[in-house]
Amino acid sequence: MIEIKDIIEKYPREKRYTLAMLQDVQKQFNYIPRQALMMISEYVDTPLSSLYSMATFYKALSLKPKGKYIIKVCDGTACHIRSSMVLIDEIYNILKIRIGETTEDGMFSLETVNCLGSCAIAPVMVVNDKYYGKVTPAMVREIIKEYGGEKNE
Amino acid sequence: MSDRKIVKVCCGTGCLANGSGVLFEKLLEKSKIKGDFAVDILVKSTGCNGLCEKGPLIKIEPDGITYCKVKLSDIDEIYEKTILKGEAIERLLFSDSSGKKTKSHKDTEFYKRQVKLALRNIGEIDPTCIEDYIERDGYKAIYKALFEMTPEDIIKEVEKSKIRGRGGAGFLTYRKWMGAKKVDSFPKYVVCNGDEGDPGAFMDRSVMEGDPHSIIEGMIICARYLDSHKGYIYIRDEYGLAIKNMKAAIEDAKNHGYLGKNILGSGFDFDIEIVRGGGAFVCGESTALMSSIEGKVGEPRAKYIHSNEKGLWGQPTVLNNVETWANIPLIILKGGEWFAGYGTENSKGTKVFSLVGKVKNTGLVEVPMGTTLRELIFDIGGGIIGNKKFKAVQTGGPSGGCIPEGLLDLKVDFDTLTEAGSMMGSGGMIVMDERTCMVDVARYYIKFLSEESCGKCAPCREGIKRMLEILTDICEGRGKEGDIELLEEICSMVESAALCGLGKTAPNPVMTTLKYFKDEYIEHIENKRCPAGVCKNLTTFFIDSEKCVGCGLCRKNCPADCISGEIKKPHFIDASKCIKCGSCIENCRFSAVKVK
Repeated sequence: MIEIKDIIEKYPREKRYTLAMLQDVQKQFNYIPRQALMMISEYVDTPLSSLYSMATFYKALSLKPKGKYIIKVCDGTACHIRSSMVLIDEIYNILKIRIGETTEDGMFSLETVNCLGSCAIAPVMVVNDKYYGKVTPAMVREIIKEYGGEKNE
Repeated sequence: MSDRKIVKVCCGTGCLANGSGVLFEKLLEKSKIKGDFAVDILVKSTGCNGLCEKGPLIKIEPDGITYCKVKLSDIDEIYEKTILKGEAIERLLFSDSSGKKTKSHKDTEFYKRQVKLALRNIGEIDPTCIEDYIERDGYKAIYKALFEMTPEDIIKEVEKSKIRGRGGAGFLTYRKWMGAKKVDSFPKYVVCNGDEGDPGAFMDRSVMEGDPHSIIEGMIICARYLDSHKGYIYIRDEYGLAIKNMKAAIEDAKNHGYLGKNILGSGFDFDIEIVRGGGAFVCGESTALMSSIEGKVGEPRAKYIHSNEKGLWGQPTVLNNVETWANIPLIILKGGEWFAGYGTENSKGTKVFSLVGKVKNTGLVEVPMGTTLRELIFDIGGGIIGNKKFKAVQTGGPSGGCIPEGLLDLKVDFDTLTEAGSMMGSGGMIVMDERTCMVDVARYYIKFLSEESCGKCAPCREGIKRMLEILTDICEGRGKEGDIELLEEICSMVESAALCGLGKTAPNPVMTTLKYFKDEYIEHIENKRCPAGVCKNLTTFFIDSEKCVGCGLCRKNCPADCISGEIKKPHFIDASKCIKCGSCIENCRFSAVKVK
């Protein structure tokens, strides 16, 4: 298990590396534990309040733990006009989570993203790093099943 | 001497999502088979070819054969027939809307009308292979800039080219550079803005993924002019492949002596560092981006003093967009006048657009400035999907506007788009058809902006929120008299009082849709009806029994099981069970599904 300390100390003690440290912590733990904020605060000599403001400002960072599988539905313009919101409704029907929520068992989180640059295959849905293109409501069910989500039906 | 075949597999994000990665692996494996073939095979993975709609794409050179929508099961046949024997497989060739097959992608309408400057290498080279870039005149401009030209010569060429920044505002690049040069304060910084946040735009991503060295080379040239020794490339965190390829390119450039200390023995030092963005749209704004690089919250500041005078850590900083940087080596190599030979009077060169939405050939296109919207959408783009009726094209991202059918012959450049109430922006071009609701589009952009507004100034923070409330009311059937006038008033307030570019341009989507599509707003407010069938509360679908042939396609595709009917007889929609997803209307080939 990689410790917070190891992640932070990869970087020099300069304020400009704060965002990179926070991103690495996020990647490792799927969220930013309070302890990490406190350690970074001390390491780069920045008040905890400004780290909190960064952690809440940048979308890539989260103070709450996220699910094992993060479902990102692209709601860029191209996906939006090809009915991406219908996919969000279908995910709610299956997993009972709305945008920004995580299932009770901690398996799935649902997010929307503003354009993944894959507009040719709109609407696009991504589970962790796997892309699914031209997704229909019927496909949503199949995709969630791939990740063991059928028991939530 | 054996015959050499180069097989180029498109591994841009679009093609990868369609499975081109496994095709590449399989071809690579095949190319290693030893046999008595008189063919020597080289398999390369390239960046995005632009025609994402037809992906995965595979090109075989020197035969000039391009295959579209290739599947894993096609690979054996491609290997046997095309690679070993040079025969084309008819079924996999590009076919246009009339069904005509074209052997090479270069002869298709989609590519024929394009002029590739910024995208010159993409799809042709392996982006992780610096030798490929060098072979196509890469890093030649650096020799010129370091050993043959003075800083004054460099700026003269950039001035002659009259290139304007490709990031959106269209500021003359040479003026930006000169402004930073004049300030006698060191260190100076060179920054590349790769925080491409406009939804529906992926030009910059494609350059960073497919031709990273062109950006590095452009930045080195500017650094040489400014005597700067440090550069930053700020890349959106979502762009994993772009970050990976840029990182590898910087390493390779260092190992080849193009970056780092004493570049090519000239005594000039320059280094580049990558900074990952944190997923905030406002960080595409130059002052917010710099604040983010400094390790702070990415909030913009008022620009009493331009960032080319006081930018990163208060030092002179030149920030340009990815596409601008990619053009610079060409301008130095071929001359500013050559570049200015393309385009219109005040917008020189070419522009890359991402043509997306309800258009047949979705993808990336690069055309000279001054190309009409009609050429872009109908000739290059192949027209509207399902031959539905064109309604509008949205340009300029969330800060841009919607342009109606009446302006299709508009010659696209920085100034004409602004006059039409939209803007160039970074080059997103989203095509909308009769099934797109313009009020919903306005609401969509305003919602986007309300989430991305950093909250620092009240006009943007509060104004956009109020607009969103009104637009949501209209879309959900609670629109009332006076809403349109109130929207107009808030628009003009936000436009004149907001602090940065994000807020000042935020009313554009509302203003242009009100200007060109006011009747749709009125229909929503007065008749509680959404003519496009998008706003769920205001939509009822029905099947025209005269037109329905009873094919059953709508019934099969309905996720709510609310369509009934027997084969070859008219079908019916049970409105009480309908979830209004629109699957039926999209799938009907006889235009029998209608909006009440």
